[in-house]
Amino acid sequence: MNTRLRRTLPYAGLLIAGIAAPFLFPDYTFQFTVLWVMILFALTWDILGGQMGYNSLGNIAFFGVGMYICAVVQIGLYYDVAQYTASYGAVKVEFTAEQYFTGLAVGLIAAGLGAVVFSVILGWVVFGLRGPYFAIGTLGVALSAGELTGAWDYVGGGGGIALPIYPGEPDDRSLFFYALCFVLAMVLFFLLRWIYLGRFGLAANAIRDDEEKAEGMGIHTMRYKTVGWAIAAFFLGISGALFGNMIGFIEPLEVAFPTVTFGLFMVVMCLLGGRGTLWGPVIGATLFHTFKEVTWTYLLGWQWVALGALIVVSVVFFQQGIVGWVKEKWPEKFGIAVDDRALAETEPDLDEAPSQRLRRQTEAAQ
Amino acid sequence: MTAMIECEGVTKAFGGIVANNEITLEVPEGRITGLIGPNGSGKTTLFNSIVGYHPVDAGSIKFEGREISDLRVQQIARLGLLRTFQQTRIYSKMNCVDNMLISVPHRTQTYRTMFSKYPPEVTERAEDLLEFVGLYEKRFLISGDLSFGQQKLLEFAMALMNEPRLLLLDEPTAGINPTLINGLIDRLRRATSELGVTLFVIEHNMPVIMGLADNIYCLANGRLLAHGPPEKIQNDQRVINAYLGAHYYLDSD
Repeated sequence: MNTRLRRTLPYAGLLIAGIAAPFLFPDYTFQFTVLWVMILFALTWDILGGQMGYNSLGNIAFFGVGMYICAVVQIGLYYDVAQYTASYGAVKVEFTAEQYFTGLAVGLIAAGLGAVVFSVILGWVVFGLRGPYFAIGTLGVALSAGELTGAWDYVGGGGGIALPIYPGEPDDRSLFFYALCFVLAMVLFFLLRWIYLGRFGLAANAIRDDEEKAEGMGIHTMRYKTVGWAIAAFFLGISGALFGNMIGFIEPLEVAFPTVTFGLFMVVMCLLGGRGTLWGPVIGATLFHTFKEVTWTYLLGWQWVALGALIVVSVVFFQQGIVGWVKEKWPEKFGIAVDDRALAETEPDLDEAPSQRLRRQTEAAQ
Repeated sequence: MTAMIECEGVTKAFGGIVANNEITLEVPEGRITGLIGPNGSGKTTLFNSIVGYHPVDAGSIKFEGREISDLRVQQIARLGLLRTFQQTRIYSKMNCVDNMLISVPHRTQTYRTMFSKYPPEVTERAEDLLEFVGLYEKRFLISGDLSFGQQKLLEFAMALMNEPRLLLLDEPTAGINPTLINGLIDRLRRATSELGVTLFVIEHNMPVIMGLADNIYCLANGRLLAHGPPEKIQNDQRVINAYLGAHYYLDSD
């Protein structure tokens, strides 16, 4: 019971912290919301990057795709999108509360599904690439997605789109988006916890360790990669839609497809916290975001230098990340140990039948 | 005795080097068949061709009567034809049990089973097989930290976990200490007799392969040199020449 309690404690702590945070520190609700988006970034990146060893630099594309799909749906349900974007906000458009929430709900679902479709098609093209080629290939996709969107007048081109305004008090609004981002991050977190413990987690790790061997053993490698990426895309798409609405105004390069900021942050956060682990991305994202916000406040002018230094230090000295380092330092805590019963066994007798041996060992233990 | 593998005129060239030149052979079901030959004689290339690692240039490969030379690696593996690697390959950052669990047969896997957990009997089977190769106590260790010989045993156990009909073993005893070799040979035999796995084995250790195999094929320079039971192969002058390098002296004379 004690160990069970100890195991549930971190999860309960995360849930309680998430619920309590905006009430304890109401001034920081926006920051906490961004933090959950960062955690979503890190967790989704880690599905392929950490668990499967496919280092994508272009996952941010799903974020942007989701953001734009949601925006188009929200507006398109009630107005002509081309007309709306062409006016650049010159025409005041009113959305009733009902229109707003219906549009948002439909938009969020469409964003998730649209990103999934995009990821499956994209995966079919880029999963033939391995190692650095995969990284560069996906980076190219994200960069060109931003540029292409910028050249597409229907969605406002480089000028972007002003999103419908939340019908209510600003405080309610920030709490509303906080709750959605928090719930989304928690759903992802517990979903990943569940699938990493089962067959998916093992298959992903097998692909990471030796994909050719995995193929040789008959594992449906392409299927696992595609599904893993689709899960990442689904949650990134929705988080993009939420983030866009939270900001209120979206444009291609800085908000929707910020490849060199958010797109790289998600990688760095995983490396910092410990890739290929469930908690690593959460811890990494929290530390990274805190560090970033503190330096942005107190080291203004030097903030990018400080951030760069953090990245260099973590990559040079903490290649395993925090969780990976802890795992390496105290492997027994993670069950990586020789079976205790084997200690009594000096010379294992290979010819003894397993059942015989177990019986003998049980007797020896009594 | 039905043939499990039938190779008919299998040819594979890499650029100007013909690694396999019209190889025709049969691997009978329920037996242990050996494949020997000097380094570079095309043994591993033949294995690679059989498991679909690369397409063959000519000829046909049949597994249980079905043409497989146009199938891909994963499809062939799911039919129950598996190979182990000369350079041992395991999932080095996972523990032994996980290595075993992910090696379950994948022929019945669907999108739904992707997220399922393993039933206890599968875990039990994994532990039994680890016991079978003597790795039970080390089952929670990270497999990459095991010694080379133990990794080899783990790879063999993983292959058995996959419940193959036919297993191609590429030098199973290389790098294993002499006492363990006896245990391994015993396990190979038992895999055939108790688990019904047909074996096709590449081996350089002559006493091992002569004692193990019912039937031996010998390759040299990409061609099939000789074929027959161990006694016949042992006394075949061409095989002796190929191994002792007699042809080398003949050439220089």
